[in-house]
Amino acid sequence: MHTRLAGPPGGLRIAGRSDGERGPGEPEGQARALTPQTAETDAIRFLVGTQSLKYDNQIHIIDFDDENNIINKNVLLHQVGEIWHISTSPADRGVLATCYNKPSDSKVLTCAAVWRMPKELEPGSHESPDDSSSTAHSLELLCHLDDTAHGSTACVTWEPTGDGKKVISLADNHILLWDLQESSGQAVLASSASLEGKGQLKFTSGRWSPHHAGTQVATASDTTVRGWDTRSMSQIYCIENAHGQLVRDLDFNPNKQYYLASCGDDCKVKFWDTRNVTEPVKTLEEHSHWVWSIRYNHSHDQLVLTGSSDSRVILSNMVSISSEPFGHLVDDDDLSDQEERRPEEKSQEPPRDGVIATYEEHEDSVYAADWSSADPWLFASLSYDGRLVINRVPRALKYHILL
Amino acid sequence: MAAGAAGPGPGSGPGDSPEGPEAEAPERRRKAHGMLKLYYGLSEGETAGRPPGSDPLDPTDLNGAHFDPEVYLDKLRRECPLAQLMDSETDMVRQIRALDSDMQTLVYENYNKFISATDTIRKMKNDFRKMEDEMDRLATNMAVITDFSARISATLQDRHERITKLAGVHALLRKLQFLFELPSCLTKCVELGAYGQAVRYQGRARAVLQQYQHLPSFRAIQDDCQVITARLAQQLRQRFREGGSGAPEQAECVELLLALGEPAEELCAEFLEHARGRLEAELRSLEAELGPSPPAPDVLEFTDHGGSGFVGGLCQVASAYQELFAAQGPAGAEKLAAFARELGGRYFALVERRLAQEQGSGDNSLLVRALDRFHRRLRAPGALLAAAGLAEAATEIVERVARERLGHHLQGLRAAFLGCLTDVRQALAAPRLAGKEGPGLAELLANVASSILSHIKASLAAVHLFTAKEVSFSNKPYFRGEFCSQGVREGLIVGFIRSMCQTAQSFCDSPGEKGGATPPALLLLLSRLCLDYETATISYILTLTDEQFLVQDQSPVTPVSALCAEARETARRLLTHYVKVQGLVISQMLRKSVETRDWLSTLEPRNVRAVMKRVVEDTTAIDVQVGLLYEEGVRKAQSSDSSKRTFSVYSSSRQQGRYAPSYTPSAPMDTNLLSNIQKLFSERIDVFSPVEFNKVSVLTGIIKISLKTLLECVRLRTFGRFGLQQVQVDCHFLQLYLWRFVADEELVHLLLDEVVASAALRCPDPVPMEPSVVEVICERG
Repeated sequence: MHTRLAGPPGGLRIAGRSDGERGPGEPEGQARALTPQTAETDAIRFLVGTQSLKYDNQIHIIDFDDENNIINKNVLLHQVGEIWHISTSPADRGVLATCYNKPSDSKVLTCAAVWRMPKELEPGSHESPDDSSSTAHSLELLCHLDDTAHGSTACVTWEPTGDGKKVISLADNHILLWDLQESSGQAVLASSASLEGKGQLKFTSGRWSPHHAGTQVATASDTTVRGWDTRSMSQIYCIENAHGQLVRDLDFNPNKQYYLASCGDDCKVKFWDTRNVTEPVKTLEEHSHWVWSIRYNHSHDQLVLTGSSDSRVILSNMVSISSEPFGHLVDDDDLSDQEERRPEEKSQEPPRDGVIATYEEHEDSVYAADWSSADPWLFASLSYDGRLVINRVPRALKYHILL
Repeated sequence: MAAGAAGPGPGSGPGDSPEGPEAEAPERRRKAHGMLKLYYGLSEGETAGRPPGSDPLDPTDLNGAHFDPEVYLDKLRRECPLAQLMDSETDMVRQIRALDSDMQTLVYENYNKFISATDTIRKMKNDFRKMEDEMDRLATNMAVITDFSARISATLQDRHERITKLAGVHALLRKLQFLFELPSCLTKCVELGAYGQAVRYQGRARAVLQQYQHLPSFRAIQDDCQVITARLAQQLRQRFREGGSGAPEQAECVELLLALGEPAEELCAEFLEHARGRLEAELRSLEAELGPSPPAPDVLEFTDHGGSGFVGGLCQVASAYQELFAAQGPAGAEKLAAFARELGGRYFALVERRLAQEQGSGDNSLLVRALDRFHRRLRAPGALLAAAGLAEAATEIVERVARERLGHHLQGLRAAFLGCLTDVRQALAAPRLAGKEGPGLAELLANVASSILSHIKASLAAVHLFTAKEVSFSNKPYFRGEFCSQGVREGLIVGFIRSMCQTAQSFCDSPGEKGGATPPALLLLLSRLCLDYETATISYILTLTDEQFLVQDQSPVTPVSALCAEARETARRLLTHYVKVQGLVISQMLRKSVETRDWLSTLEPRNVRAVMKRVVEDTTAIDVQVGLLYEEGVRKAQSSDSSKRTFSVYSSSRQQGRYAPSYTPSAPMDTNLLSNIQKLFSERIDVFSPVEFNKVSVLTGIIKISLKTLLECVRLRTFGRFGLQQVQVDCHFLQLYLWRFVADEELVHLLLDEVVASAALRCPDPVPMEPSVVEVICERG
C-alpha cells in the first residue's frame, strides 16, 4: 500500500515491447504528442499520438484505473500521417484535433484536422470485451483546419471554457481562429493575423488563456512570447527575448489571470506577469537540456510540471507565486485520521519554492508531459522512444496542500 | 784558692773586682724584669729559656730570685767532683768577667745622656720661675680692662634708646608719605600705563586705608584712591575690550582687574566672549580656506593652520582661563568646557568638510599625516579640557575618516578590477582586428593577476599608514582591533574578493545570452583567475594582511576556506558558463545547418558539409584557447584505437543495430530490444553537466551540448535517402575529429550513433551509405 502511493503507479511503452499484446503488423515508433482528455472529468485518460514515417500512425487511448492500478490501452488508427501535436475538445469527449505530417516525396507539410473518435471508445463504453480487436477502430474525420496558403501547422489549441466551437491553429507565421460549425463538421476561418518581421518567423507553440472570458491567446515564436486578443486578433503584449534561445512551450496559470509560464532551449523555466514583461517573476534552471513542455496543475497552481530532453520530468513547487496563500501554516486539527503522521508533519517547514521531485524513468527525451484532467494529483509524461509514465504527486505534499 | 776562684758571687764585695757591678747589672735587670713579669703574670713565657720544671724559688738557681750563694756553693761542693768544680769555677770567672765588661760599656754609653738630662732639669727650674711673674702681671691688667669697659657701658646706655626710637619714627613717616603720595603716584602710573604697578600700589595700600578710614585724612586719601582705581579699572576694561592685543595681554588685564576686586563671574564671561571672538575669526579664516570652490591648500596645510590657529588659541584661552579663574571652582570649569565644546564642534565640522574633500584623492600618506597632526594637536586641549571631550571627538573623526578611506580603497580596488577587465576585453578584441589568433591568454591572465595583486598591496600599504607606530592615534583601541580585523581584513580584503567573485559571476547572469556580450575568452580567463585565487592567492593575501595588521581582535572573521569555496564556486560557474556559451555558438551553427536545409530533396553526398568542418575548426580553436589556461585533464583510459577502429564499430554493428532493422520488418522486436539494452548499459548523458577544471572536461561539455543539439534538430526533420546519407557522412566526419577532445570517446560515439539512428527513423526510405564510401568521402575532406 505504502509503496504504491509513494512510487510511480506505472509505466507504459506505447510502442510496447513489454506488453506484447500488439497485433501483427502493428506499427511501433516514436511519439511526441500527449494530451489528457480535457472534457473527461471522471476517468483518467490520456491520448498519445505516434510518429512513424513508415507505418500507419496511431492514437493510443490510455486509461488508468486508479483503484486497481491497471493501465488499459485502446488504439485508433490515424492513417493520414505522423502526429506532431494532439489536443482534445474541452466540451466534447469524443472530439480531438491533431497536427500531422502529410507524407509526400518532395515536401513536408504539416496539416491539422479535427476528428471524432468512435462512440464505443468514449468513457463508459471502454470495457469492450476484447481489447485486441479494438485496434481496428479508426477516426472519423470531421474537418480539416487547412489552408495550404498558410503553411505548416505547429499547434492547435481549443477555447478552454467554451463549447468546443472555437479553435486556434498556428501555421508558420499565421495565427488562425476557426469556428467549427455543424457539430464540428465544418471549419470556417473566422479571423487571422500574422507575424511580420525579418527572417523566417514561425510559431512553435500556443495556449489559450482560461481567463478574460477566453479572449486571450499566447504564442511562442523564436525567443519571443506574444499575447493576442482573439476579438481583434491584435497583439496585446510581447515578451522579447523571453528566453535566451527558442521558446518551446508555455502555459497559463489557471488561477492567476496575469501569470504565464514558459520554457525553452536555454534549459530554463520562466514565470511571467504579463502586466510587466521586462523581467520574469521567477526563473528555474533545473533541467540540463532543453525544456520542451510546461504545464500548471489545473487546480493547484503551485505545482508545475516540466519535461525536458535531458530525459527528466521535474515537478516543481512554485508556492510563492501561486494563488495559494504563501507561508500559510497548516492547521493540524483536521488531521484526525493521520495521527501517526502528525509529529513528522508538524516539524516540516511550510514548503518553499523548488523542485519537489525529479522523475528519471525515461531513457529518451521527454517532449510532452501533462496533468490528468480527472485527477489533479496525477500526471503523465511521454518520451520519444514511446514510453509513457504515469506518476503521482508525492503523498506528503498532497496532504500538505489539501489540509 | 779554688774557693776564691769559684766562690765569689757577683755582688760579693764592692772591692772584688771592677767587673763586679758590670756583671751584676744584667742580672739585676733581669731580676727586676722577672719581678715585673711575675707581677704581670708573664712568668711562663719569659722563663722559657730556663729548663722546664725549675723552681724559681730554688736558691741554687744562679739566675733565680732567691739565689743563695752559700747554698749554691754548698751544693756544688757536696755534689760535684773536683773536675766539675774546676770547670764551674772557670766558667763562673769567665761569666763574671763578661758581665763586668758589659756593665762598663753601658755606663760609658749613657754617661752623656745623664749629663744633658741633669742640665735640662736645671734649666726648666729657672724658666718656670720667670713665667710665674708674667702671669701675675697679666692678671692685673685684665682687672683694669674690665673696670674700664663697665664704665663705658654705663655712659652709652642712654643714647642707644633714643636712636632706636628715632628709627621707628622714620619708618612710620615713610609709610605715611607713601600713603599721601599714593593718589598722585597712581595717577602717574595710570598715565604712564604702568597698570601693573598701579594695581600693586593700590593693593598694598588698600588694607591700611581700610583700617584707618575713620581718620579724615586717610579717608580723603582712600577716596582719591578709589576714584583713581575706578578710572584704572575702567581703562583696563577698555583695553580688555579693545581686544586686539592678543591673548597674553588680555590675560594680564584680567589678572589686574581681578586684583582690583572686580566681580570674577562677569570677567569670566567677558573673557570667554573675547576669546570666542578671536577663535571665531580663526574659524572664519579656516572656512575661507575651504571655500565653495577650493583653491585649497593641501589638507596637511589646512590642519596645520587649524592646529596652530584655532587649537593653539583654544589652548591659550583654556590655560589662561584655568590660571585666572581657578577660584571659580567647578562652575567655572563647566563654563569653559561648554565653551570649548561648542567651538570645538564647529572646528570639527570644518575639519570634516575639508577631510571630505580629501576622500577622492589617492594620497593616503598626506591624509594620515594631516590626521595625525590634527589628532596630536587636540591632545593638548584634550588634556586641559577633559570635560569637553575634544580628544574623543577628534578620535571619532579620525576613525570615521579611516573607515571612509577603507571604503574608498575598496571602491578603488573594484574600479581597478573593472579596469583590468576592460583592458582584457580590449586586448581580446584588438588582435582579432590585426588578424592574429591567440591573444596570449596566459599572459593576459598573469597581467590581470599581478595588477590586481599590486593594487591590493598598494591599498594595504596605504591603509597601513593608519596603524604606523609614530602616528598618534594608532594605539587607540579602534585602530588596534576593529580597524585591523573588521575594517581592513573583512571590509577591504574579504570585501574585495567577494565583490570580485560577484562581478565575475555577474557575467554568467548577463542577459546577453544570445550572442554573449562577454567574450568567451574573458569568461575563461576569469574562471582561471578565480581558481588561482582559490588555490593560492586568497590565502596569500590574507596571510599578508594578518601579518601586516596583526589582527588581535577577537571578533569573528571570515575563514580562508569560506572565501576559497566562494572563489571556487565562481570559477566553476564561469567555466560552466563558458562551456554553455561556446556550446551554444557551435549548437547554433549545427542547428541552422539542419533547419535550413531541405533534407528531402538533397543530392547524394559528395562532401562533408562545410559547417561540419567549421565545427571541427572552432572546436580546435576552443581547445587551443582552453589549453592556454587549463591543464589537460584525465581521459578515460581507452585502448589506443584510432578513429578507424571506432568508425568500424560505429558504422557497422552499432549503427546498423539501431536503425537497420527499421527497414527490415522481419525482426522489429529484436531491434528495439537491442537499442534498449544498449541504452541500459550506457550511462545517462547529462548534457549541461558541471565541468571540472581541466581542458578535457571543458571540451567534453561543449561537444556534448553541440551533439545533443544536433540530435534534437535532426529529430525534428524528415530526411530523404540522401539526406540520411549526408548526416551519416557528417557524423562520421565529426567522429573522426572530435573524439580526441573528449574525456571519454565513447560519449561521442554514443551521441553520434543517436543522431544517425534518429535520422534513419526520420527517413521514410533509409538506405545507409556503404561505410567504405563514407570513409572515403571523409578522408577526402
